[in-house]
Amino acid sequence: MSANPLFSPPMSGDGPPPRRPIDVRSRWIRFNSVRRTVVSHLITVLAALSTVVVIVPLVAILGYLLYMGASSLNLAFFTHIPAPIGERGGGMANAMVGSGIVLALASSMGIPVGIAAGVYLAEFGRGKTLAMAVRFTADVLNGVPSIVMGIAIYSLIVMPQKHFSAFAGGVALAIMMVPTVARTTEEMLATVPHAIREAALGLGVPKWRTVISVSLKTASPGIITGCMLAFARVAGETAPLLFTALGNQFWSYKLNEPIAALPLQIYAYALSPYDEFHRLAWAGSLVLILMIMVAVTLVRIYASRGILKGAS
Amino acid sequence: MGAGINVEHLNAWYGTTHTLQDINLSLPANHATALIGPSGCGKSTFVRCLNRMHETNPIARATGVVKLGDLDIYKDAQPVEIRRRIGMVFQRPNPFPTMSIYDNVASGLKLNGFRNRAVLNETVERSLRAAALWEEVKDDLKKKSGASLSGGQQQRMCIARALAVDPEVLLMDEPASALDPVSTSKIEDLIFQLKSQYTIVIVTHNMQQAARVAENTGFFLNGKMVEFDSTHKIFTNPKDKRTEDYITGRFG
Repeated sequence: MSANPLFSPPMSGDGPPPRRPIDVRSRWIRFNSVRRTVVSHLITVLAALSTVVVIVPLVAILGYLLYMGASSLNLAFFTHIPAPIGERGGGMANAMVGSGIVLALASSMGIPVGIAAGVYLAEFGRGKTLAMAVRFTADVLNGVPSIVMGIAIYSLIVMPQKHFSAFAGGVALAIMMVPTVARTTEEMLATVPHAIREAALGLGVPKWRTVISVSLKTASPGIITGCMLAFARVAGETAPLLFTALGNQFWSYKLNEPIAALPLQIYAYALSPYDEFHRLAWAGSLVLILMIMVAVTLVRIYASRGILKGAS
Repeated sequence: MGAGINVEHLNAWYGTTHTLQDINLSLPANHATALIGPSGCGKSTFVRCLNRMHETNPIARATGVVKLGDLDIYKDAQPVEIRRRIGMVFQRPNPFPTMSIYDNVASGLKLNGFRNRAVLNETVERSLRAAALWEEVKDDLKKKSGASLSGGQQQRMCIARALAVDPEVLLMDEPASALDPVSTSKIEDLIFQLKSQYTIVIVTHNMQQAARVAENTGFFLNGKMVEFDSTHKIFTNPKDKRTEDYITGRFG
């Protein structure tokens, strides 16, 4: 076997190669390594500074919200509907529930459609004209100002029905969620190694099953992040709701009636001339942010359960 | 028991590239057949045609007849059915990263809707034993992810996964090329044992490996099968000059 040159081991065993004599080159290398170290440190410091620049406004906003809003937070805020003008007290209970309803509607429509579109783009539409059109539309839709979305849904749903409704608000937010969810789903599916899909197909698993149980499952952490991003983004939207859900000073759970929502209530109160309402608007903003944070955290905790240790 | 495969006039294309040209070959049941040849000669395409994995690539196409026993796999069967009967082990271990060791091995059954716990347990144990991995993983079957195993263990797990759906033929596309020598020799021992129950086709770049595990060897070059004979004959007394040149290392 050793006669076969294919199998002969590489030359070795002659000891380490002889040292090269010191020359100008080595000095250049030393200078270069000093320069590289300096640049490396510089970049690290820059990156750290950028992080601070990003975090400072975030912390500042949260801190200011806490400062302005926390003092107005009391039990009544979470249990009462807005008080009539001139009366003290009152809360945003109906707006919180209303936001919950509209967001649940939006998520239950926007997330499945978005994920399905992402699956089509990544798994079935590679190189197809339709896929390119869908991708382009999604990107354009992502850039459409939210007020335009509100007006569009106003003319498509509110006008024909002749009344504002929670449903119309949900649709407006759902359409805003679709592009984000679709594109992140596509991107995340693209990171799933082809070898894993082949493994499933090679076991005689049909393609649709492979997509659901292997591709989507493997990409699920990223897809969930995308859904949460889309959710958090629309949760704070006011403009699309102005023309659709409208807002409501009273309790309403009905999907075909105007419904209150936190951003709308904040908007109305912030524009009002009363200090009491301003304080409630601050409290509402704080609650809105906390609600989003809690929702995102809960989903993350729930999603990370069941994922095994050592999975890469 | 394994079943034999008969290939007649098999041609395959990727786009406009004619990767396999008129392959005729008979793979006897319960034997191991090695396919050797330089990179890009069509060995992998050939095995992928045998279980219709070739056509999962949208630009790929194949013509000709491939028979598993009496069944014409291109005419009379669905791809998913064929892939259950002709299992495949890939070049790089490809465990499902989100699944435990247990679920990885059971995946072929579970993803096809099979739910009977007792049978699944029994199949997982039997497959892992057959793949010589049971003793190493039996204590954390459901605790550990399949991706947390070492490369060699992952590959044996992938073999167990392929065996769990009870195929008749096992296609192995360079199953040891990404592994260290110890893992490689374990895989080779395994192939040697599996022959009694399965028909095995192994693509390899390592000629010693072909000599160690396979009764028959085919030599591929530029999309054609140059020579097919008993392994002993191919390595000691090849008929074709090109085969001789390749195995003596004059090219390739």
